[in-house]
Amino acid sequence: MKKLHIILLVFIAIAIGVLVSFMGNLSTYETIASAKQKEGKSVTIIAKLDNTVPIEYDPAKNPNYLSFHIADTLGNKAKVVYYYGKPYDMEKAERIVLKGKMKGDVFEITQKDGILIKCPSKYKDDPAAAKKNLSENQ
Amino acid sequence: MDYIGEHLLPGKLGHFFVILSFAASFVAMIAYFKATRTKDATEEKSWKRLGRFAFFIDAVSVFGVFATIYYIVRAHLFEYNFAWEHSSKALSPKYLLACIWEAQEGSFLLWMMWHCVLGIIIIFRSKKWTAPVMTVISFAQFCLSTMIMGAYVFGLRIGNSPFLLVREKFSDGPIFQRADYLKIPQMQDGQSLNQLLQNYWMVIHPPILFLGFASTIVPFAFAVSGLMKKDFGGWAKSALPWTLFSACVLGTGIMMGAAWAYESLTFGGYWAWDPVENASLVPWLVMVAGLHTLVVYNSTGHSLRSTYLFLILAFILILYSTYLTRSGRLGDTSVHAFVASGMEIQLIIFILVFLFPSIFLYIREYKKIPHIKKEENTYSREFWMFIGALVIFLSSVFVMIATSLPVINQIAGTKWTIGEDVEFAYNRIEIFIAIILGALTAVTQYLKYKDTSKEYFFKKLLWPTVIALVVAILFSVFGGIHYDKYGTGFLAAIHLGLFCAIYAVVANAGYIWSGLNGKFKMAGASIAHVGFGLMLVGILLSSAKKEVLSYNTTGININFDPASKQNPLENITLLKNVETDMGKYWATYLSSDSMDEKSKMTYFKIRFRKKDGTEDFVLYPNWIKNTKGQEGISANPDKRHYWDRDIFSYISAADNSAEGDTAGFKSYPVAIRDTIFYSKGYMVLDSVAVNPDNDKYHFKKDVDTALMAAITVVSRDTIRYHARPLLYVRNNEVHYMPDTVFAQNLALMLGKVSDHNKIELKVKESSNLVPFVALKVYEFPQINVLWIGTIIMIIGFVVSIVRRAKGRLTLNA
Repeated sequence: MKKLHIILLVFIAIAIGVLVSFMGNLSTYETIASAKQKEGKSVTIIAKLDNTVPIEYDPAKNPNYLSFHIADTLGNKAKVVYYYGKPYDMEKAERIVLKGKMKGDVFEITQKDGILIKCPSKYKDDPAAAKKNLSENQ
Repeated sequence: MDYIGEHLLPGKLGHFFVILSFAASFVAMIAYFKATRTKDATEEKSWKRLGRFAFFIDAVSVFGVFATIYYIVRAHLFEYNFAWEHSSKALSPKYLLACIWEAQEGSFLLWMMWHCVLGIIIIFRSKKWTAPVMTVISFAQFCLSTMIMGAYVFGLRIGNSPFLLVREKFSDGPIFQRADYLKIPQMQDGQSLNQLLQNYWMVIHPPILFLGFASTIVPFAFAVSGLMKKDFGGWAKSALPWTLFSACVLGTGIMMGAAWAYESLTFGGYWAWDPVENASLVPWLVMVAGLHTLVVYNSTGHSLRSTYLFLILAFILILYSTYLTRSGRLGDTSVHAFVASGMEIQLIIFILVFLFPSIFLYIREYKKIPHIKKEENTYSREFWMFIGALVIFLSSVFVMIATSLPVINQIAGTKWTIGEDVEFAYNRIEIFIAIILGALTAVTQYLKYKDTSKEYFFKKLLWPTVIALVVAILFSVFGGIHYDKYGTGFLAAIHLGLFCAIYAVVANAGYIWSGLNGKFKMAGASIAHVGFGLMLVGILLSSAKKEVLSYNTTGININFDPASKQNPLENITLLKNVETDMGKYWATYLSSDSMDEKSKMTYFKIRFRKKDGTEDFVLYPNWIKNTKGQEGISANPDKRHYWDRDIFSYISAADNSAEGDTAGFKSYPVAIRDTIFYSKGYMVLDSVAVNPDNDKYHFKKDVDTALMAAITVVSRDTIRYHARPLLYVRNNEVHYMPDTVFAQNLALMLGKVSDHNKIELKVKESSNLVPFVALKVYEFPQINVLWIGTIIMIIGFVVSIVRRAKGRLTLNA
């Protein structure tokens, strides 16, 4: 066997090892209900902001504590706690991607990148907003 | 209905140019394909003439489309959706250009324009390979023109037309019942370019990046031409300068994006392994792998088969990245929220029409692609270059799989996603890639092609190794790298990576003298490798030593919150005009200032004073109200540059409602158990403690001089609050730590100790909240090493391109 072949085999072995370890560290998308069953495990939830409960953020008091409620498409709700301040356009978010762990009934996000706000208006216009704009006060 | 005041001519003209470009690129493709196929020289010549003519027509139409759009935007013809959606009257000319490529249609157009420029250069420069290469480029032009077509075929929309009218897009809008709808206020001005994007980087980054995207087709086209013409190695010399050019420009474009991300810091640094970033990085990595194997082939005849694979894949991956970023697939994983444009199927077809033919040709001809049976020598440059290319390629495969998880989930029905710590998921693997590549980059130049005597190799490499080792040890010992967030294993990998990166810099710089006798014209590769090594050094140092300066160590009220104790406290709250302890600095929020209504910006004036007295400066972080999201807000940092580090300050929250609140502190001399009344109740001074050591403050007896007042505030509704303002003396300076009772809008400060056992208590009561900002402050050390490395790498590329392109000219002549 040529030494290049040996190196290739070694690389393939390493690549498989890396992939297995990478896959092992992956999180999965869960609903609020299934996340509650996997308490303490790192999961990802896609949900909407639950507007019936106010967002709790008082930067004057503690700029590093944010708490809000989410509701997913199945109608389940949960409280979320995040320790890095409030993302700017939160209230307008169409949906929120949250990465963290369920701790009791509270979904806790300990990484700064654990929250991703999907706003229609960040780069591209919101067609609905544009439409609204066009129908108003004619 | 006849609408009043519309200008329909430019739209018709523009649409005509789109159709013309579509037709002309089709003719050019057929003509060049015929020229490739024919054996007859005169026939070939006439087909080529037709192809050239058609391609020129295509180029004229593409630039015609662009000029028309620019006219529409410039003349503020808001009946066109493009102008209404992306521009406004207030935009300056450079942003009028930028708003064109903000739009998806506009960025496709940018891509097509660069194809035209590159195609014309190829028509004039490349003799033998013009016909097949131009067949491929014309085909790409044909595909791209469908993206801006906006036509309906069998009820399916093909592409999005940039010349759509607002009333066509929102056809059920009630205002279009009126013939004079253009007179209505909301049609008088456009939605403008997103404020976030009104930045000079938006003017230069997209054109360079798209030149990089566009240029990847040239090496691809050469490779496919080689397969089509069954002249398997003949194109390699001609393709080399183009491959260098593509790697250079695409790399520059990506790093410009990194610089932009770093400056605006909304993304927390220059690289976040965001899927949109990765989508451009992966093709670049593959292109660089292909570049190295191409050089190997040109020098030794080895590695041709892998060269084909890499160069073909680099372009296919560009198409794939276009799909990823524009289909909306990355919606849940990327912060660069690209919204679906309804062109997903069309984008998939775009990939497949290039993927299938090229891979089919590659597999069919694979056995015929010449390769050298005899294996590379272990002491040869080509052997280790190939290994290096393979490592780069494998790392790109890894990044691609991780980035493609949303697509994999879609196909396989799985639910995988990267965990909470996205950056570390990549970094823990890429650090080892950096180690291997750094080491390979360092030693490989010292090997000669075919075979190297061991004596020569080790002798030449001795000094660079020693120097690198010494420098790296100095860095490791005195560099202050204590990045143990991920354990000692990762920290050790960082130290090893740092050595390899320094090794790459030293060895390649040394090689310019010891191997090339200081001939800079020949040293393109070495210069680029020095740059690459410096980039690695910069990346490792800045990531390992990035520091949050605004750790909320002594902030107000914070320590009462048990939830925050074990968590990082990145934000610090600054009350207006109250100097606050921020680690190495004292920080004061002085004032805020809104600019004129149009620019929608508010500046916050923050003063930083280093505790050791060496520095005193003011930063003006600002925030902008987004024009597009109506009420959305985005923050822009302000930074202070030092030669060896940058300090960024960034507003995370602010309350401006009390702006203009003139209430000041009122002084009351009080003794213990004295009462002070305020508008909503009263307060009592309970006690005064010297050098308190409690849950909030930790002072040591006999070491510090601190005085704390314990105060009970009783509001009208008999709710009791407690406040503990403090003053202390350090380095002969008095510092005040006020306390607040937010529910009562009170700020309390301990003034001084006056006579007769009285202290001075300062009370500030405002009708509103005390103005404050929550601030984040970061320090990025050694970031300049990364930028300098990038520039050196680009210079190295340019030196190589000049040499290789010149060499080819003389060969042709």
